[in-house]
Amino acid sequence: MRELKKIMIVETKLFLREPGTWLVGVLLPTIVLVVLGLVLAPHTPDPALGGRFIDLFVPSLVVVTLATLGANALPARLVAYREKGVLRRLATTPVHPAMLLVVQLVINVAVAVVAVLLLMAVGNVLFDIPLPQQPLGFVAAFLAGMGSLFALGLLVAAVAPTSRASAALIAPIYLGAMFLGGVYIPRVFLPDFLVRIGVYAPPGVQAMLDAWMGVAPDPIQLAILVAITIVAGAAATVLFRWE
Amino acid sequence: MSIIEVNQLYKRYGELVAVDDVSFAVERGEIFGIIGPNGAGKTTTVECILGLRQPDGGQVRVLGLDPQQDRNQLHWRVGAQLQASQLADKIKVWEALDLYSSFYPHPTDWEKLLEELGLAEKRNTPFEKLSGGQKQRLSIALALLGNPEILILDELTTGLDPQARRAIWRLIERVRAQGVTILLVTHFMDEAEYLCDRIALINAGRIVVLDTPQGIVAGVRASVQREELDLDDAFLTLTEPELMAVP
Repeated sequence: MRELKKIMIVETKLFLREPGTWLVGVLLPTIVLVVLGLVLAPHTPDPALGGRFIDLFVPSLVVVTLATLGANALPARLVAYREKGVLRRLATTPVHPAMLLVVQLVINVAVAVVAVLLLMAVGNVLFDIPLPQQPLGFVAAFLAGMGSLFALGLLVAAVAPTSRASAALIAPIYLGAMFLGGVYIPRVFLPDFLVRIGVYAPPGVQAMLDAWMGVAPDPIQLAILVAITIVAGAAATVLFRWE
Repeated sequence: MSIIEVNQLYKRYGELVAVDDVSFAVERGEIFGIIGPNGAGKTTTVECILGLRQPDGGQVRVLGLDPQQDRNQLHWRVGAQLQASQLADKIKVWEALDLYSSFYPHPTDWEKLLEELGLAEKRNTPFEKLSGGQKQRLSIALALLGNPEILILDELTTGLDPQARRAIWRLIERVRAQGVTILLVTHFMDEAEYLCDRIALINAGRIVVLDTPQGIVAGVRASVQREELDLDDAFLTLTEPELMAVP
């Protein structure tokens, strides 16, 4: 247990020493929210949208966090550890290199939770964005969405032989999640069929939005995300290249 | 009983036979060298000794343990610095030492090790900012943290300048003086000659000769009847005869 604690502390420090990751994954969504909130006159509901734009857009900011951490930072770090021989060095010690992978996963999950809590708190205090009105539904949607995207990230990390290959494999997943999640173009402006794909594609922005607005998330949507989590996660575990 | 026993070791990757019928024994307290050209099977042999690879044939015993089955116990008692194994860019020297010492039941005092290896001034330096020689010294320090009985060093001084190499050699001698058995993999003749008590020369997966450095040179001198020949020449004669065939 002593070694697990040490690995956790050191890896957390190393994570914080890469500001690029937490600036984009943690602070950027909240910064965008603040800028939008100040610019977009949040107190005027738009009847065409069925509410305030900013309320509808928050789940897309959660997507930024999940995509940046799960489909970028996590696989990049794991592949770098393999490429640089960190896993190989660890394999010569009494500690199994899998411990390092688990710690990385835990850190990224924890950071994602912190980022979303920050987003909620700032949105609620500054712009009266309500907290998710179906808290349990939101937790379920968030976990399923995070699971699906992180599992895909792990799968890429498992099979990509080099950092370059990993970047090439992860790019469509990252960009797809961001685009279908309504980050680049808000979903209200996306064509219908893209919105519909985005409902089921990781990380399931619709389920989070529904729960936020007080509608129970569609079990079929959640089931698809959970299935992706299980299949991709299991494949990553089986296929992981240690060198 | 020898501290490392390798008996008819055989390992292949698909069609390629990497190690073919390799046998040798390392005695407690000696510095044993494995030398050979790139791709000769040196690293694969070491990886089988460390339990990182499963042999396709033959037996390996290290400290009387089976590296595959008793991997954990083995890694408590054997320290290794492997080729191309780095650390995270941003990890500081002291953090790496502190972290890796938490892996062992009875770690050595890493502060002392830091002094001995001349890294005391670099304790707060991130790994990426260290020179090649400093990285290698840190690597050796990490391998020594668990107070190992055996130290395995693979391509220890590749890419280092002459001063850094000499400093590493002196360090190895100090470690040996403390009673640690050392298995050294290298492709530098001068390094093997300077440090090793015995050398196994491996070529294309097989042991070509196993002897003291002096013994190897004497044997080759006698067989080709050339008095001026050194270990470098002996090595070439044994691995690339056509290169040395001209009078």
